[in-house]
Amino acid sequence: MKARVFVTLKTGVLDPQGKAIGHALNGLGFGSVGEVRQGKVIDLELAETDAAKARASLKDMCEKLLANTVIEKYEIELKG
Amino acid sequence: MKSAVIVFPASNCDRDAATALEQMTGKAPHMVWHQDSELPDVDLVVLPGGFSYGDYLRSGAMASQSAVMRAVKAHADKGGAVLGICNGFQVLTESHLLPGALMRNAGLKFVCRPVALEVDETQSAFTRKYEKGERVSFPVAHGDGNYYADEETLNRLESEGRVVFRYAAGDNPNGSARNIAGILNEKRNVLGLMPHPERVVDPLLGGTDGRRMFESLIETLS
Repeated sequence: MKARVFVTLKTGVLDPQGKAIGHALNGLGFGSVGEVRQGKVIDLELAETDAAKARASLKDMCEKLLANTVIEKYEIELKG
Repeated sequence: MKSAVIVFPASNCDRDAATALEQMTGKAPHMVWHQDSELPDVDLVVLPGGFSYGDYLRSGAMASQSAVMRAVKAHADKGGAVLGICNGFQVLTESHLLPGALMRNAGLKFVCRPVALEVDETQSAFTRKYEKGERVSFPVAHGDGNYYADEETLNRLESEGRVVFRYAAGDNPNGSARNIAGILNEKRNVLGLMPHPERVVDPLLGGTDGRRMFESLIETLS
């Protein structure tokens, strides 16, 4: 089973990189761009075939390593 | 005082820390590799600056999962002193030995220069030789030093006298909340700070303001 984990900064946590990307886009003429927030995508292959078990295991991975839950939130997406 | 310096792949201030410790204590510290699961019998463990594991995922994230960190946690749980400098501070927050997180500098640039600090707390094994409110100069060299914690945690750190160093007003190099440069854990035996006291123990290297941190530790732990 394949999974994709999205790790992004929590709402309210300052994202200076997102801000710089936004400024750069404005500079390129994309004047309609407002706030930009950036994050990470992590693709994983799992030997697990049971979706519920895979999701539980991924949640554990996010809490222990993939995300720093002091500043980041995560979303898990399972693919077939 | 017996000490150890932890060496992660891509630590780069481990020898600065070792030189400072040897100069100040007269004894070379044990250098402990990240894969070692046991610590020698020491009073102080130093987590040095650098870019452990290439800062992969987040600064300090991979190092927090290393074998040696389990031993460092056990040492801290028993009341042993732990000093995390720069990347060492990041490793301590990622290991949950200290609260909060160190984020990308607000100005996005790597900052490498001396900064003015205020000593906010002298009731600790690390700072008893300083005067409360005293201004000292330590160098910083980091890209991820922007201290963040929620309001409740920040209030708690302040009310419990756990904010040990603050950047002097107008000299905050990274956007840290409430100008925080260094904090203690609840038991006050673990200190993490972004500035480098080990780089200011010799006048030849630009200052001696860091000496009293080591003198404080020697007096407390010997």
